[in-house]
Amino acid sequence: MGSLADQFLVLSLLINFIVLGTSRLGFAVRAVAIQGVVLGLLPALIHPFSWHIVFIVVLMICAKGVLIPWLITNAIRKAEIKREVEPFIGYIPTLVLGAICTALAFVFAKRLPMAVEHQDLLFVPASIATLMTGFLVLTTRRKAISQVIGYLLMENGIFIFGLLLAEAMPVMVEAGAVLDLLVAIFVMGIIMNHISREFSSLDTSRLTMLKEE
Amino acid sequence: MQLSLMLFMPVVGAIIAWFLPDNHRRPLVLPFFAVIHLALLSWVLVDTPPASAGGWFLLDPIGKLVMFSFSILFAACAWYAVNYLRYREDRSNRILCSALLLCLSAMCLVSISQNLGVLWVALETTSILMAPLIYFNHNARSLEATWKYFLICSVGIAVALLGIFFLAYSTIVAHQDATLLLSSLIEDAPRLNPQWRHTAFIFLLVGFGSKMGLAPMHTWKPDAYGEAPGIVGALLAGGLVNCAFLSLMRVYQIAVATQEAATFQNALIVMGLLSMAFAAVFMARQNDFKRMLAYSSVEHVGILTLALGLGKGALLGALFHMVNNCLTKGVLFLSAGNIHRAFGSKNTAVVRGAIRWVPWSGALFLTGFLAITGSPPFAPFVSEFTIVSSAFTTGNYWAGSLFLVFLAAIFIGMALTVLPVVLGEPPELEAGAAEPDRDSFVSIMPLLVLMAIMLVFGIWVPPPLRELLTAGARLLGGYR
Repeated sequence: MGSLADQFLVLSLLINFIVLGTSRLGFAVRAVAIQGVVLGLLPALIHPFSWHIVFIVVLMICAKGVLIPWLITNAIRKAEIKREVEPFIGYIPTLVLGAICTALAFVFAKRLPMAVEHQDLLFVPASIATLMTGFLVLTTRRKAISQVIGYLLMENGIFIFGLLLAEAMPVMVEAGAVLDLLVAIFVMGIIMNHISREFSSLDTSRLTMLKEE
Repeated sequence: MQLSLMLFMPVVGAIIAWFLPDNHRRPLVLPFFAVIHLALLSWVLVDTPPASAGGWFLLDPIGKLVMFSFSILFAACAWYAVNYLRYREDRSNRILCSALLLCLSAMCLVSISQNLGVLWVALETTSILMAPLIYFNHNARSLEATWKYFLICSVGIAVALLGIFFLAYSTIVAHQDATLLLSSLIEDAPRLNPQWRHTAFIFLLVGFGSKMGLAPMHTWKPDAYGEAPGIVGALLAGGLVNCAFLSLMRVYQIAVATQEAATFQNALIVMGLLSMAFAAVFMARQNDFKRMLAYSSVEHVGILTLALGLGKGALLGALFHMVNNCLTKGVLFLSAGNIHRAFGSKNTAVVRGAIRWVPWSGALFLTGFLAITGSPPFAPFVSEFTIVSSAFTTGNYWAGSLFLVFLAAIFIGMALTVLPVVLGEPPELEAGAAEPDRDSFVSIMPLLVLMAIMLVFGIWVPPPLRELLTAGARLLGGYR
């Protein structure tokens, strides 16, 4: 089972690079959706069957695979934008940075001891690498939608780590956390719609009115 | 029972506010439920309920102090809101009223959670609910502020969640029962896996720090505080800051029980002083008095964090200062709101001589400024004095001296903005221009009450409060 889980994690690491390298927003959203589904299936692979796990799997796939991508795609359609133009840092440099971050994540994870049952699994490096990739997307792109995608990646990174704790976490806490993150994305979607109406664009580099003079 | 009532009554209020069709009468729901909340508060303060089954919910002395401070602030804001929303009847206040009450409920949940997971969920709920409140004015500027606030806080709080996960994992690696319960984490703290624990503390400090607005993660603060309505600014600077600080104190409770207590405390001292330095630099020559208040908030979260880092006697000062900062910020933001409305601007080039146009608000703004910068006889003076004297008696001469230098610099910087705004020569009224809004009883009374509390606490700390502060400081590891 462990090796299959690892392959899923490698797949999600590859998706990180797809998101970093593409300028097409719709494509990036679909990539993150696939990552969400892949990660949603993971708990079923590493934990023995229980209703608690089924609940997590269904919740994750519905939220990350269907609902959130649908929300963002809607926002893209309304704002009529397809591409990220002129990110603050170009695609090739961000790809290189992403590779460096991933490598660093592996180095960092080596230094952290793991519980016996999780030895030799890729969870920790995959989690940290995804988190850092998300942060990279969030900080280097101009469009509000790209920033939301970056936030989604960060969340996925946290979720990967949370999987190690799936059995230890009370259901209430877990449901609350997932729900809160979902609402956060929802609110971001609403703000995004307002931005596109107010500025006729989703370019956050136009949000420069408030600063120190 | 009492605690669940405290959680559910505001939710009931929010539902009522949502379904009331009358925009004119709806704001009355706020003071009504604020009064109920205050009644419940005095009930739980006198007769504290025991921990819930499983120990998830318990109102401990620290939680009581947080709840006490934001409840009084909320009541003042609710009272003030009625008058404020009369002026803004052009806009539907349905979302504002409901979100304010829901936020009250979430803040209560923050102060009673003893489970880090629940604490996180409640804290994230407060930050989500604040987003529509900051956007109340529905213009380009408030939109920009909302976006910055929401993105930075969401990322910060996500990082904090990862920190909580790391902490939980350190229990698994150390072959303890995986748990997020505060009491067991404190008990097991020295036996948790050190690498994971260490990483967790860093993540939690960064995460909750950005929610509190510690420098250098404070960049959302001036924008959000500057663009939000006065009541929302007051609740952000008093309520949410205290909730985030409470979360940081929970982490602190665990951290001081471990071997790396000194490292964590030093990190807090550095972060605190850095925030004060940032505030001192940006406060000078600030030409927007609401943004100036935001930097004052950065300064005071810095003071709180510094005091936490100093430990020992400063912990008492930290807890007292948390209460004082919350209530004084209420006076400042609400009087700033009055002045803003009277002049129709928050730029210091336009706003001058507020004391002539709105004498009460102007005087309160000036008094609030004196109080927040630590002038006697107000309560912040007592708490800041406790902190600085503890810094010197425990041998932290550098931290203590820098603290005093920054306080002086901030006093001067803030005075340069506040004095012209309050005492300068007011602009000429153009012929035929509408008479500016004057002070009214409801827009002043809540501020006077808050200011009076600060004056009383500055002269005489009531024994029950003193007991609470001592008990809270003992929980944080002082007096051990």
